[in-house]
Amino acid sequence: MAQMGAAIEQPVEHTALITGSEAIAVACKLADVDVITAYPIRPYDTVMQYVAKLVANGELDCEYIVAESEHSQFEIVKHASAVGARVFCGSSGVGWMYAFEALTVTPALRIPMVAMVGNRALDDPGAFGVEHNDALAVRDLGWQLVWVDTAQEALDTALIAYRVAEDRRVFLPCAISCDGAFLTHSQALVKIPPQETVDAFLPRYNRGDLLLHPDNPITVAPQANEDWLMEIRRQNAAAMERAHDVILEAYAQFERIFGRRYGNPFFEEYETADADVVLVGMGTLSTPVKVAIRQMRKEGKRVGFVRVRWFRPFAAVELARTLGRFAAVGIVDRDFSFGSPYLSGVLATEVRAAMYPAVRRPPLLSFICGLGGREVTVPDVRRMTDLVYQAADGKQQASTQWIGLRE
Amino acid sequence: MDTMIDVPTQKLNPIKGVKKLPLEEFFTSGHRTCQGCESALVMKMMAKAAGPRTIVLGSTGCMYVANTTYYSTSWVVPWMHTQLGSSGSAAMGAAAGLKALMRKAKIKREPINVIAFCGDGGGADMGLSAISAALTHPDYNLLILMYDNESYANTDIQLSGSTPYGAHTTFSPPGKMKRIMHRRWKKNMAGMLAAGHPTCKYVATVCMSYALQATNSVRKALSIGGPTFIHSLDPCPKGWDYDPILSHELGELAVSTGVWPLYEVEEGVLKLTGRTKQIAEGRSERLPVREYLLKQGRFAHFTDDDLEYFQSKVDEMWEKWLIPGVIPFRKDADTATPVRDGGNGSA
Repeated sequence: MAQMGAAIEQPVEHTALITGSEAIAVACKLADVDVITAYPIRPYDTVMQYVAKLVANGELDCEYIVAESEHSQFEIVKHASAVGARVFCGSSGVGWMYAFEALTVTPALRIPMVAMVGNRALDDPGAFGVEHNDALAVRDLGWQLVWVDTAQEALDTALIAYRVAEDRRVFLPCAISCDGAFLTHSQALVKIPPQETVDAFLPRYNRGDLLLHPDNPITVAPQANEDWLMEIRRQNAAAMERAHDVILEAYAQFERIFGRRYGNPFFEEYETADADVVLVGMGTLSTPVKVAIRQMRKEGKRVGFVRVRWFRPFAAVELARTLGRFAAVGIVDRDFSFGSPYLSGVLATEVRAAMYPAVRRPPLLSFICGLGGREVTVPDVRRMTDLVYQAADGKQQASTQWIGLRE
Repeated sequence: MDTMIDVPTQKLNPIKGVKKLPLEEFFTSGHRTCQGCESALVMKMMAKAAGPRTIVLGSTGCMYVANTTYYSTSWVVPWMHTQLGSSGSAAMGAAAGLKALMRKAKIKREPINVIAFCGDGGGADMGLSAISAALTHPDYNLLILMYDNESYANTDIQLSGSTPYGAHTTFSPPGKMKRIMHRRWKKNMAGMLAAGHPTCKYVATVCMSYALQATNSVRKALSIGGPTFIHSLDPCPKGWDYDPILSHELGELAVSTGVWPLYEVEEGVLKLTGRTKQIAEGRSERLPVREYLLKQGRFAHFTDDDLEYFQSKVDEMWEKWLIPGVIPFRKDADTATPVRDGGNGSA
């Protein structure tokens, strides 16, 4: 207990056993978010349950609105952000798709909203488990998309996301993808930073000359048509381009202020230094992959893993340079893209595109697995790795295989 | 922590007489609305009623597309586009944002009007659920104004849930087999919202043919606090197919034929207003609907049967509804309700 009249207390970090969803709710509190809107759909809705408790207990001072649909949920915070409020929102699966119109205009209006996607299959048929197609659906629209792996990373990334999104050079929304169940509902020990540290890292949201307020009577989103639309689109493209460096800056500042290091923000490399082959994937896939890699390394197989964090902006040059070091690469998609080139998943298609201008282009194998929340097992990872080794030896065509499928 | 601090509203007193209307305009030149557009007049008077400390949010529709051409906006107050079905959400978002920022002392504390407008397509069709949600939130001061020109007029006059029975629209053209393509009765939007949202303090119907009353209605809606709703009937030369010089007269006829009852529900108390009150009290004659309908090309295909049917439905509104013109419940089962054939001329 601190004594009465003691000197200024030093900011103290504390540790809590919380889920990925709760970690993001805590980040909302630390970021002093002003307006939050909720609508139920599993599994993301857990974040709003935690938010509601924080509000009810007076720990988070925000306007907390339970909307009547996801479309309204996103439209409400869009307008709150336009008048200068820091906002948070989120959804999962078809809920995210129900909001699609609002999601479309949010980046176009340069609204730096932060949202959580509790990744979920797009039913029908009904499935609560993780697939990445929900968040990936907005990949072309100006949303920054980041996938996280642990509750700690969820909390840290939410703070970083506000800093990046609200940077005037960017002013684009950011969706943080948390794998349904595997991350949204799994508890882990999380270091919760003191408020002072967060305040030192995260400046106030300043909408500047884009503020919608009687003191700044602007007209937002008029009819531009072919006269100006292309120039406006180009500005958004430039903002996304600038986001790359702003993300680098934000992680560097995060490391300096919080003392926690993420290395390359765009993708994590695990056991890649001496690897012959690697798997590439996103989100909590890393758990079985890392376990399998540790097993295989004991058997003398030099296997590594590259976990893509930021899907938008996509660090194509860095990723191509990294992947060029290996004899073969297997890309693991927890999503699908029917009819796409080589019938691959979305990530594989992106990586293949990123690799095209690279000097070294190892064989690429594409895997689709873990759909609808199906567990990706250690044997699944070993099987994929074997196929990648075969590709390195020229014994596998560069094609797409479904893993863990009932034949 | 005090989360219950209420942001006060502006106290906008009623304007007593046309000559007392402020001269200052907040919706000015730069728009491209049609000649005789009553909805543009709604925008002008709405902005005049609200004054400079106002944020206006506009759903997709005529009053978006025609009013806010890039680099020639007609809005003097801050204005933002919102999605077609989002007037309720837009108003709530802006009001909630302002409220949070004021409570947390991030911006100056002052009453700022928040108005979201929508057309009948954006309001009575697509945006109904968001408007309904907004009207249940007592914490936010906002006005949702639906300008009803009785069709999706901006996209080429397609029927909406607010288009009157039988009207010719591009989605309901009279043809050789079917004379009447649109067989739905117009949605009773204001009555539905007033009845369905008992904590909403103010719902009103207006028409710009009675501009002063409509302007004061906006002022009352903004002053009373909490979420409010106004439904304006706007004659539309393009969609209704008449000479633009008749806009004002058609608005008057809509009221004096009883097709468009004017009323307000303030803190749960219903008051019929203007000519509607006179009709209800027997001080003014309710004119036959044909005088209103036959001035409009959209009803040019109507036969005497169609006119009779339309008249009988309006008569029902006045003679059989529990609250005439407002709430369509009845005291007793009615067996004499006229039955319509398929409208294909083969009764």
